[in-house]
Amino acid sequence: MNASDAAVRDRLTTAIRERGDEIADRWVQLQQERAAIGIDEGELREEADALLVLLGGALNSDHGMESVVDAHQDLRGAVMELSLRRERSGATPTATSLAILALKDALLEAVERDNHDPRELFPAALTINRLLDEAAALSFNAYVERREEIIQRQSRQLLELSTPVVHLWRRILAVPLIGTLDTARTQVVMENLLQAIQTHDARVAIIDITGVQTVDTAVAQHLMQTVNAVRLMGADCFISGVRPSIAQTIAQLGIDLSTILTRATLADALAAAVDMTGQDSPATGTTKNR
Amino acid sequence: MKLSGERTMGASVAPVEAGGGAASAGATYSVRTDEDLITVRHAVRAATVETGFGLVDQTRVVTAASELARNAYIHGGGGTVTIEFPRNAGRRGVRLTVRDEGPGIPDLEAALADGFTTGSGLGHGLGGARRLMHDFEVHTEPGKGTTISVTRWNTQ
Amino acid sequence: MTDRQSMDIPILRLSDVLVTGLINELDDKTATVFADELTERIATERARGVLIDISRLEIIDSFVARTLTELSTMARLLGARVIVAGMRPPVAITLVELGLQLTGVETALNAEQGMAALGWHHAPRPPEGGTRREALG
Repeated sequence: MNASDAAVRDRLTTAIRERGDEIADRWVQLQQERAAIGIDEGELREEADALLVLLGGALNSDHGMESVVDAHQDLRGAVMELSLRRERSGATPTATSLAILALKDALLEAVERDNHDPRELFPAALTINRLLDEAAALSFNAYVERREEIIQRQSRQLLELSTPVVHLWRRILAVPLIGTLDTARTQVVMENLLQAIQTHDARVAIIDITGVQTVDTAVAQHLMQTVNAVRLMGADCFISGVRPSIAQTIAQLGIDLSTILTRATLADALAAAVDMTGQDSPATGTTKNR
Repeated sequence: MKLSGERTMGASVAPVEAGGGAASAGATYSVRTDEDLITVRHAVRAATVETGFGLVDQTRVVTAASELARNAYIHGGGGTVTIEFPRNAGRRGVRLTVRDEGPGIPDLEAALADGFTTGSGLGHGLGGARRLMHDFEVHTEPGKGTTISVTRWNTQ
Repeated sequence: MTDRQSMDIPILRLSDVLVTGLINELDDKTATVFADELTERIATERARGVLIDISRLEIIDSFVARTLTELSTMARLLGARVIVAGMRPPVAITLVELGLQLTGVETALNAEQGMAALGWHHAPRPPEGGTRREALG
């Protein structure tokens, strides 16, 4: 940090210390004028006081100007919390950014009151700008991250819904797959199926792909993995409902599914599975891994 | 399985911190013995629990750690494992960086292509560890050692 | 955790079947010692079957996988059938993603099923594959 930078930071901390109330009042007023947010004045004022204290602390710290807000743990936390509070009260991310940016005016006005020299005011204005631009960007980023989390949670829930494991018969489970198979989905299928095998003490699992439109190398690979995992658990696995076009693709791709038990329809697979569990000879209690 | 993230071979390139992410400083464990391997597994398990990973993801990461740490002490003559907690776009992750000062990996391509189906458990266990993680980076130089950095993101 | 040398994996004998279980804190040395001892016991006791319960293993990496595969092969050469029972779902998923199929290893859902496969059900079987608890009594 160079000398002039230090002087500017010093000037700002002094203004915050001596004119804190003034700045807070003005900020609250500006927020109410510019950014329509449904938070009452008392709360805004409390928030402003707390944030100004942290801002003063951050300016006093030895964090570089390029990331004061991000580097100062407490200030960073306060900005993220402010962002969350606004979102909950229904503010758009734009309104939240505008609200934070309004603090620029409040701060600058306070500094202007004690300094009239433009040579001193200009660097102060620059610093205020950088500081609050960073804070506004951070609040926006926090908003995006929260959205991202929601999207991920929802897509996970959607996956769970779209891949049910059905307890079809005594010790026989089935997973009817419909639509497109991708890595994420196959992994969910695998996890749910293996868990269900353990829970139901199942001997045979049937993966029915009647509703799957296309199979490529990756999907075939995933299916193989699922079958292998089922076998490692000590159960057996059928794949049923292979459409002619899919059989053709698999043959053309040269994927070796020869170690996998397949049946044309779910009914055929069920009949075979019942046969397998019904005799219950000692040999059917285990699985030989290939 | 799809692989994301970059993979550098041979050349030494500084790891790129994913946008907006801040990785908190991690703990480093040394791996010189069998017992150290168990300690690393415990530490990695605790890290995955802390990050909120499900049971399957926990198992994936601990297994990858076991493979890489064993490599470091068998092929690399001992090394270190550093555990970090990166963040990226709302996701949290666990990053393992395994360093050794061994002979390096002469043929990286071959070490990585240890085969999806052979399953012999021979080679460097690198290919396997790579399949269990989302991001995978290797820097290796003959005679100077190997650094492998792997990350798995919490997708739940 | 200080004295790992003392860690021994017990191997029980039930007539011509050897029964054992792997523990979670399995390090490479213990696994190797265990494989050697089990092979030795199969030969000297002329075991016909071996049940290895792995339901407590929280991870299986390539080393343990190789140990299990080699054990199965050696046992087969010595005339015994090995059944690995009770693999946890996350372990199974991780193993296949790792690219390890445990080729040639026979698996069972749990120890009970494994024992049944090795011929431990002297009592008459309930008609529709019901519980087998009495079979082991």
